[in-house]
Amino acid sequence: MSLSPAHTQSMLDQAGPGASASRKAYEVQTLRFRYQPPSRGEANWVLDGLTFNVQAGEILGIVGPNGSGKTSLLKLLAKVLRPHDGGMALFGRDLGLMPQVEVARTVAFVPQESPQVFSFTVMETVLMGRYPHHRRATWSAGFGWESAEDLSIADQVMQYTDLTHLAGRSVMDLSGGERQRCMIARALAQAPQVLLLDEPTAFLDLQHQMEICAIVRRLKDERGLTVVLVSHDLNLASQYCDRILMLKAGALFRLGTPHDVMDADVLKAVYGCDVLIDRHPDSGVPRVTLPQYRAAKNVGGRL
Amino acid sequence: MVPLLLLSVALVLICLQFGTQWIGLGQVLDIVRTVVREGSVESEQIGTTGVILMQVRLPRLLLGLLVGACLASVGVVLQALLRNPLADPYVLGVSSGAALGVALAILLGIGSTFLALSVLPLCGFFGGLLSLVVVYRMAVSYGRLPIHSLLLAGVILNSIFSALIMFITSIMEPNRSAGTMTWLMGTLTAPSYPALAILACYLLGGLFLLLQQARRLNVLTLGEESARSLGIETEQVKRRVYLLSALITGAVVSVSGMIGFVGMVIPHAVRLMLGADHRLLLPASALAGGMYLMIADTAARTLLSPAEVPVGIITALAGGPFFIYLLMWKKDRFA
Repeated sequence: MSLSPAHTQSMLDQAGPGASASRKAYEVQTLRFRYQPPSRGEANWVLDGLTFNVQAGEILGIVGPNGSGKTSLLKLLAKVLRPHDGGMALFGRDLGLMPQVEVARTVAFVPQESPQVFSFTVMETVLMGRYPHHRRATWSAGFGWESAEDLSIADQVMQYTDLTHLAGRSVMDLSGGERQRCMIARALAQAPQVLLLDEPTAFLDLQHQMEICAIVRRLKDERGLTVVLVSHDLNLASQYCDRILMLKAGALFRLGTPHDVMDADVLKAVYGCDVLIDRHPDSGVPRVTLPQYRAAKNVGGRL
Repeated sequence: MVPLLLLSVALVLICLQFGTQWIGLGQVLDIVRTVVREGSVESEQIGTTGVILMQVRLPRLLLGLLVGACLASVGVVLQALLRNPLADPYVLGVSSGAALGVALAILLGIGSTFLALSVLPLCGFFGGLLSLVVVYRMAVSYGRLPIHSLLLAGVILNSIFSALIMFITSIMEPNRSAGTMTWLMGTLTAPSYPALAILACYLLGGLFLLLQQARRLNVLTLGEESARSLGIETEQVKRRVYLLSALITGAVVSVSGMIGFVGMVIPHAVRLMLGADHRLLLPASALAGGMYLMIADTAARTLLSPAEVPVGIITALAGGPFFIYLLMWKKDRFA
């Protein structure tokens, strides 16, 4: 894939906010997935019959209890896992038929943890994101070096994620927040139209959570990027996502705006506990808190 | 890369001087000049000293260079695939498979000449391939190769093959079993030039193909799922690299036995100096590994001169403590 400089400039804003309103980034039809074959009468479905769309240019949050299939769903969208059956289309093309490398030019995936055991520098790691855009025609494809264009894109995304001053540092020496930014920069170097993030703020302190959220929001607002993120943090999802997909035991329980989904009855049904819902003082989005602990009568026995 | 190349040429000249008989650098250069002029390594032109130099020491040094380069390169790629800086060509059990193949051939009297160009390297290839297939079958699940089961399969296969090799050497005639034991411990012997040339073509070809995977190996260190999301057909790359590693290791083991730790020590040292990028790490480790084994083998020839120590013992004594050091003080970095 050869890219002109003009194209390079616009790589990150291909799906402009205006054009994106009606387009669908993903169309998912009765998606089913399992890791293990059925055993002892159990079907073992991790995801069972999911149907939903992801609009181009939106931030979609995937939430749900532990083991409800959030991460598996994200990996299926990245084509890291293959579905058992059901169809997935990426911008109108059948995901199952797209070569892996073409998916990688459109979709970037940041896993929850990216432990690195070798001392690659931040720059080298970000440049790995250019791999899917590498020309494969020559015999030297495997050890080909990055082009000037690759380097300039890497510089650009490192500025965007505030990593320029760390370019020569080993990724093993980075703090959690810096490492997460480095992985997002690596994903952005793919020049994707869709960014898939698995728990992007897990294990980060408040300031670093804020940084990551700001980057994600800016990517959507300024570049029209479609973002699908998995989060345990309901308030963060409520505050930063346009729509929220609530999973319960591998099935879609509710999909809608934060106001639709962050509802005491919905949360009670999904998580099995009572919660308090009020409004965020700043933005007015629903805010979820656990109620004050009161010793329950006749529950759980005595210690 | 160029400094490393120059350094290895210089090192060949230095190592040529050492041996049972000390041959000064001036004499070495004289003989090299004569050989270049006459185009012959026979004794009429270069005398007894020349023969020692050109038919014994030089081919053996070149063999060491080649074997060391291969061991270090295979170490690099296995470490990348297993995402563990402690991996070594021996972890997968491919080398003991190759050794078993060769030992079996010696027992059955198939290879008449020891370590010359015979069917022995071929048995090494097949032994290595066999263990690769077995390891792969043991480790594969749902069409994928989980790294932990691969490691475990390698460990198990290694112990089974070691037991078989020990059984084979125990039922050999005493004089043969002594030779086989020496070879197993890791020994370099001067090959004939045609044999060396054939081996070099085969091994350098293998190294070239490995080098083509360098950028993919970089991406694979991010983890398999990340690598797949970056457009790499991970299973295909892994299969290709494991196969090449097995073929290279099989050939190396058949000529030089089990020389351990080169594949672990060298990549670690080179990574400290040049970084982790496999496009640089792989060729640099190859050269460094070659030099390392040349030095180790020169030590093996001269330490107890005129007796020889198997070079595998030297590399194990140098590399073993290093392995322990890594495991004890650096394990938080990769465990």
